[in-house]
Amino acid sequence: MACEQWREQLDRYVDGELDPAQASALSAHLRGCADCAADALERVQLKRSVQMAGKRYTASTELRNRIAKTIAAKPRHGVGWYWKILTLPAFALLMLAVAVNLYVGHEDARRQRVYSELADLHVAALAGSTPVDVVSTDRHTVKPWFQGKIPFTFNLPELQGSEFTLLGGRVTYLAQTPGAQLIYHVRKHEISVFIFQDRGEGAGLPEGLEHPQSFNVQTWTQNGLRYFVVGDVGAEDIRALSKLLRGAG
Amino acid sequence: MKVPEKSVRDTTFEELAMPLFDQLYNFARWLTQDTAEAEDLTQETYAKALRGFSSFQMGTNFRAWMYRILRNTFLTSRTGLKNTVAIDEDTDEALLPVENTTPESSLIQQASREMVQQALTDLPVHFREILLLCEVEEMSYQEIAETLGIPMGTVMSRLYRARKALRDLLRKKNEGVRHGV
Repeated sequence: MACEQWREQLDRYVDGELDPAQASALSAHLRGCADCAADALERVQLKRSVQMAGKRYTASTELRNRIAKTIAAKPRHGVGWYWKILTLPAFALLMLAVAVNLYVGHEDARRQRVYSELADLHVAALAGSTPVDVVSTDRHTVKPWFQGKIPFTFNLPELQGSEFTLLGGRVTYLAQTPGAQLIYHVRKHEISVFIFQDRGEGAGLPEGLEHPQSFNVQTWTQNGLRYFVVGDVGAEDIRALSKLLRGAG
Repeated sequence: MKVPEKSVRDTTFEELAMPLFDQLYNFARWLTQDTAEAEDLTQETYAKALRGFSSFQMGTNFRAWMYRILRNTFLTSRTGLKNTVAIDEDTDEALLPVENTTPESSLIQQASREMVQQALTDLPVHFREILLLCEVEEMSYQEIAETLGIPMGTVMSRLYRARKALRDLLRKKNEGVRHGV
């Protein structure tokens, strides 16, 4: 092979791009041909000088840190990791919605159960032959009657000047918890006021007016006590009595 | 720098990309010829690569992928567009002929580091980049082809022309020095 043809391969030779057979053939030629060997040497020198000259610029530490910070702790590469990123919030949201729904459903069921139980207590008390165990319109009589019968005490409002009349009171139980049931009268209607310690079934119930099973119920907590005002009167009367009780509590 | 597929799940972008930082910056600086622009270019390259990392196919060449992003970002930058000349592509010229067969060892030996740096700076950007990829980054022709998005044959012919242009520049500079120009 003429030198011209060998030299065509020199670039690829010095760049390490010839296959082993070609490379060793060219090496053999270079050992016997001074001109080609000098040419090869020149090419290697050029490569080296460019290599040395080319390694010229160094980035600032600040730039390195800035970039490292931007890309730090980014997710690992994996098949469709970006889908996980995209779907994670949606999934979390879905789970949250399910959880909230369950919780709300659960809470709703619990609230309904408490209310219907209170409505039952209210109806049962009025339907019985003795709706109240202590018959008195005097709050100063009714309140002391509960002493020793329930594990807490409470205040009752002065009803002077209002439409409400106190009929009396009785001990009642809600979810095995003793409490006071007071019965008030307003325009031929009876209203039950339940007072329990704020724990157990009453705990966490939302304050405000509800109207389950055609009764109106208002509930709130005050000084560690849970109040329920239940009656078949209008919401206005329930609110008015609740307000009086809150004022006294 | 092929990334084995089995390590896919254990590899973060950071682990792959940060080791390339110094050389990517050096390349960016050579392309832009300006420190601030090189910094912006490097930063943008990392940002783009991070965004596109999900589309990077493990098992292929990560380094070539990063350089390609950097280079494409540069080419579409203002400086890049200004520097891009229509490359009269090399196909016809092929690899041949080595016209000046006189060995130029002495020429290269006499060329100082600064002189080579100046010559590289003076080269058109498409010659400069291919020389840097081949000599400084020591990329294979295949990697260069991937990085520049050109066929292997074009890599060889462009590299040949780039070296020739560099020699010519060095010769001129050498003569200039010798004649006190």
